[in-house]
Amino acid sequence: MAEPAPILRMVDLTKQFGKLTAVDNVSLDIVDGEFFTIVGPSGSGKTTLLRMLAGLEKPTAGDVLLREQRINNVPANKRPTCMVFQSLALFNHRTVGQNIEFSLKMRGVSRLERRARCLELMDMLRLPKDYYGKSVTKCSGGEQQRVALARALASDPDILFFDEPLSAIDYRLRKLLEVELKDLHRATGKTFVYITHSLEEAMVMSDRIGIMREGSLIQIGTPNDIYTQPLNKFVSEFMGEVNLIEVRTGSDGMLDCDSLKIRATSPTKPAGFTDGFLVIRSEFMRFLAAPSEAENHLRGVLYNEYALGSRVQYHVRAGEHMVVIEKLREQAYRGSLNDDVIIGWDAKDSVLVSD
Amino acid sequence: MATRPARPTTVAALAGWFREPGVLTATPILIFFLIGFVGPLVIVLGFSFLPERTFGFHGDWTVENYLQIFSESYYISFVWSFGFAAVTVVCNLLIAYPIAYGLAKVFGRWAAPFTLILVMPLFVSENVRLFGWMLFLLKGGGILAGSMEFLFGVETGTLLYASGSTLLGLIYVYLPFTLFPIVLGLSMVPKDQVDAAGDLGANRWQIFREIELPIAMPGILIGGLLTFVLAVGAIAEAKLLGGQNVIVIAHAIQHEFTYAQNWPLGSALAVLTIVITGVLVLFAMRRLDLDMLLGRR
Repeated sequence: MAEPAPILRMVDLTKQFGKLTAVDNVSLDIVDGEFFTIVGPSGSGKTTLLRMLAGLEKPTAGDVLLREQRINNVPANKRPTCMVFQSLALFNHRTVGQNIEFSLKMRGVSRLERRARCLELMDMLRLPKDYYGKSVTKCSGGEQQRVALARALASDPDILFFDEPLSAIDYRLRKLLEVELKDLHRATGKTFVYITHSLEEAMVMSDRIGIMREGSLIQIGTPNDIYTQPLNKFVSEFMGEVNLIEVRTGSDGMLDCDSLKIRATSPTKPAGFTDGFLVIRSEFMRFLAAPSEAENHLRGVLYNEYALGSRVQYHVRAGEHMVVIEKLREQAYRGSLNDDVIIGWDAKDSVLVSD
Repeated sequence: MATRPARPTTVAALAGWFREPGVLTATPILIFFLIGFVGPLVIVLGFSFLPERTFGFHGDWTVENYLQIFSESYYISFVWSFGFAAVTVVCNLLIAYPIAYGLAKVFGRWAAPFTLILVMPLFVSENVRLFGWMLFLLKGGGILAGSMEFLFGVETGTLLYASGSTLLGLIYVYLPFTLFPIVLGLSMVPKDQVDAAGDLGANRWQIFREIELPIAMPGILIGGLLTFVLAVGAIAEAKLLGGQNVIVIAHAIQHEFTYAQNWPLGSALAVLTIVITGVLVLFAMRRLDLDMLLGRR
C-alpha cells in the first residue's frame, strides 16, 4: 500500500531553552487529513513541539516541512495553520462575531463576506445566531470552546493545532466536546494535531497517537496498537488502570514472578526480552471458581469494590499487590468484602513490556 | 456580610447606620476629607462670587469675577496651561509607551532595577530637579552651553526662559506619572492573546492596534489623565525654566491670592480651572472600566 503523502513533517526537530532540552530530536510525519494526538505528562515538551509547528517558537535544530517546503522561518501569521490554545485565548474585549472574524479581518476580507462566513461557522458549531454581538466573556465554557474553534476554522487553514483545549473543562462537558471534535474532524476533513496529557482522551478521538516523554516520541501508533502493544512500563501506566507484575524469564521460558511467588505462562516475548513487566488489563483479569479455569491464577482477598456505572471495579489484595479487576455490571462478582477469592488470566490476554 | 439598612429616617436609624463596621471605620477619613478637602473647596467657591478684594463672607453675590477673567485676558493663562498640558500628555504617551512595553514585556528580571532607576529622581524635590535643569541649560556658564563651547568652540544660545523649556520641564517631571499606569495597562495584555492574534494572521502593527492598545487602554487613559491634571496645575516649570515669559493658570491664581490681594478673582480662576479639568476628566473616565483595570470581572 502506498503511504499517503505527509502534509507536515518534522525532521530531527530540537528545541533548547538554555541548558534545558524541551524537544529532543523529534522526527514525525503527519498524514494529510489525519487526527494525530501527542500524549505526554506535563513537562514532556509537547506544548513546545506544537508551538514550533504553529510558528510561535523557532526550532534550535532540525526542520519543519509543510508539503515538503521548509517553514522553520515562516512566522505564525504567514502559516496556513491555526491553533486552539489551552486558555482558548479569546479576545475578551471583542464580541463573538469579532473573535470569529478576526483572521478574515486581518486578511482584508470585506465586512459582508466576513459576516456570512462567521454565521456559517456559528451554524456549523451550533452557536445561536444572536450570539454574534454577544461579549465572549458572557458565554459559557462550552460556548467559548466553540467560539475558539470557529475562530480557528474561519480562514480555512490546512492544519488545526490543539493545545489541551479540554483540560480545564468538567468531565461531562469534556466527553461531549471530545465527540464534537471528532465529528468536526470528519466534517471538515482537515488535519488535526492535538496534544493532551490524557491517553483516554487521545484514544477516543485520534487516528494515530504519539507518546512523548522527556522531549522524545517514544511510541507512535494507532490507538489499538498502543492499547494492545504498549512499548514499555511508562506507556502502559499512562493508560490508567492496568496490572503490572515484575517478571523475569525462567530457564524453561515460563515467567517467574517473585513478588507473588508464582510462575506464569508467557505471551509472545519481545525480541531480547529477559526481564520487565507483565501487563494485564483490568478487564482481562477474571474471578475463578477453581484454579483450573485459567492458565494462571492468584489467591487473594477482596479489598473493595467501586461502581463505575456500566462497570464495577474490584481491588483484590494478593501479597504486596493490589490487583485491579473490572467487570461489566451483569458479570459482577457476587460476594462480599474480605472474601478469599481466586483470580486469574490467560497468557494471550497479557503483554510483556520492558522497564 | 451585614447588609446596609435602608436610608435612615430617625436618629435611631442613623445610630444604627454608624454601627455598620464599614461606615464606622470610614468615618475618621470622611471627617478628615470634609474638613481638609471639601471645606476649602466650598470656601473657594463662595469667595469666587464675592465682590473684588473682599476678605470675609460679606457683600453682595456677583459674577463680576468670572466676567473679568474674559474681559481682562486672564483667559490666555488658561490657553497656555491647557495647551501645555495637552502637548505634555501627547509627548509623554509617545515616550512612555515604548518604555512601558519594555518594562512590562521585554526586560524580564531587569525590569525591577530599571524601574528603580526611573523612580529614584522622584525622591528629590521637584524644584531641586528643575534647578538642575536650569544649571544645565543656563546661557554661558550652563553645563550644555559651556560644554559646547569648551569641546567644539561653538557659541550656543539657550533654551531657557521660553515655552520650549517649560514644556521640557513638564515632560520630564510628569513622565513617571504617564509611564507606570501604562506599564500596568500593558501587563494586563495576556501573551496568549498576542500569540493567538499572530497565529490568526495579524502582523505586528495589527497586533498593536487590535489587541495591545485596546486591552492596555485603561492604563493609557489613566496615565494620560493623571499627567494632564498635574500639568494643568503645574507652576514651577513655567516660573523657573520658562522664566515667567508666559503666566500659567496656577501662577495667575497664586498672583491674585498673594501679590494682588484679590481673593475673589483668584477663587474664580481656581473654580474655572477645576470645572474645565473636571469636565474633561469625566468625559475621558466614561470610557474607563476600573473593574477591568483591577482585574475583577
